[in-house]
Amino acid sequence: MDAKRTIAVAQIAPALGAVERNLDLWLQRIEEAVRAGAQTIVFPELGLTGYFLRDMVPDVALSVQAKLLQPLLEKSGEIEIIGGFVEEAADGQCYNAAMCLRAGRVEFVHRKVYLPTYGMFDEQRYFAAGDRLRAFPYGGAKAAILLCEDTWHLSSGYVVCCDGALILFVLASSPARGISEAATPASTCYWELLNQIYSSFFGVYVVFANRVGCEDGVSFWGGSEVVEPGGRVVAKAGYFEPQLLLAEVNAQVLRRERRTTPLLRDEKLWLVLRELARVHNERAKD
Amino acid sequence: MSELKIDTSLVAELLAGFIRDEVRKVGFERVVVGLSGGVDSAVSAFLATRALGKENVVAVMMPYKSSVPESLADAKLAAEQLGLSYRVVEITPMVDAYFSLFPDADILRRGNMMARQRMTVLFDHSAMLKALVLGTSNKTELLLGYGTLYGDMACSLNPIGDLYKTQVWQLAEYLEVPERIRKKPPTADLWAGQTDEGELGFTYAEVDRLLFYMVDKRYTSEELEAVGFTKDFVARVRQRIQSTQFKRRLPLIAKVSQRTVDRDFRYSRDWGR
Repeated sequence: MDAKRTIAVAQIAPALGAVERNLDLWLQRIEEAVRAGAQTIVFPELGLTGYFLRDMVPDVALSVQAKLLQPLLEKSGEIEIIGGFVEEAADGQCYNAAMCLRAGRVEFVHRKVYLPTYGMFDEQRYFAAGDRLRAFPYGGAKAAILLCEDTWHLSSGYVVCCDGALILFVLASSPARGISEAATPASTCYWELLNQIYSSFFGVYVVFANRVGCEDGVSFWGGSEVVEPGGRVVAKAGYFEPQLLLAEVNAQVLRRERRTTPLLRDEKLWLVLRELARVHNERAKD
Repeated sequence: MSELKIDTSLVAELLAGFIRDEVRKVGFERVVVGLSGGVDSAVSAFLATRALGKENVVAVMMPYKSSVPESLADAKLAAEQLGLSYRVVEITPMVDAYFSLFPDADILRRGNMMARQRMTVLFDHSAMLKALVLGTSNKTELLLGYGTLYGDMACSLNPIGDLYKTQVWQLAEYLEVPERIRKKPPTADLWAGQTDEGELGFTYAEVDRLLFYMVDKRYTSEELEAVGFTKDFVARVRQRIQSTQFKRRLPLIAKVSQRTVDRDFRYSRDWGR
């Protein structure tokens, strides 16, 4: 990986279903990030559309060839842009997706695999589910994108880290919920724990981009962060307020941590595959 | 009680953010809140003042001739502590004009009429002042259906509807709502000596703990008995929640078309905001 890279995390409050307004917001943040010397800027899950879209999903969906993305593609010559949107596929299906734009082209798209449909969430009603977990080329090495609930399935992180990702871009629209005596909502505690676990046990950088603002009474808590391999938080945004967070990812830190705690090196993929195949076959027989 | 303890500073920040965001993005700056002299409406007003500033919160007191004088005094105390501009709109002439046609009406009808009369005053002020009506129903009341549909339950946005009464009290203390308001027994103030807890037949401390395990934690009746609630109490509260579900939903719409409002025509309220 490049020795050092500066990453900007745009903790924004997108307007619900107002793509053009949100595009302007993205372009403003992109300008700021370029001025700050960042090589990459990361926006939250559905950062171009807002979260509780419901029947609006097809109205805000964009194909990766859409004209509307042109200003972003132009900007991607100056800075890599990673962010969430609704992707309309060739067959008309809509995905909760994230794109990586680089040097004027769409470099990579991740389609959310795990669509939460329980409690306050209803994603499977509106979105098709992605069926790939892949790392993609990034900064002379590899990175991966996970969208919100993907991350709660530890297997997603396991797969992309085995696939060589050194940086996990985790894009979220996480609502604040679960109040108690704790100083942060329960959802915040879970996420911060998850980011710790991924960075500590997979030896990767976690770049967590969460949104802020309210939709229909639901508040999104922000708290975006960059956590280095080994679990140290190197940059942390405030809760509930918009912010442009800047952090440096450092190849030396990565290398050192992977030598000190070479957990991924020692992974036995053949064993995992064999045992999962056995479990899968046994389940199929039941 | 520890299950219901909240970090009041976090909750105050979250709810003030909610008010600010949801009021401003629909093009408003101001809210109007009916102050009864009780703790719920006081907390709503205190949160709104935090969120929008005192110049953007208008308090309206709406006494009826049978309201106890302390209610109005306490409402004024809250408004004055916050430095809010307030106005007193007596509802007695409107309510009495109507019941002169129906002199035999019972206390339930009269209470509901008062609550709905206050609603019309607040929504008229909403149009007059270009201010959204701030709700003051807490989660305990909403779940027990202890409120008047289209009356005190009506509002544009409600910051405290997901807080149990005992949590509203904690927040009130943090926000420095005057002690007199926090310490008095909750009442709908329809007749002398009326209290919520007297009318409901249990205390907020008891029922909030039950509701927390029943609703938030989804304990079954057997599990609720195992943690110390009596079978009768559980059954009574469960029945009450079920029988008042209609108050928590939009009116029923008979479906005949392919796409029906609120069933398969699904948009968030913040559509395009």
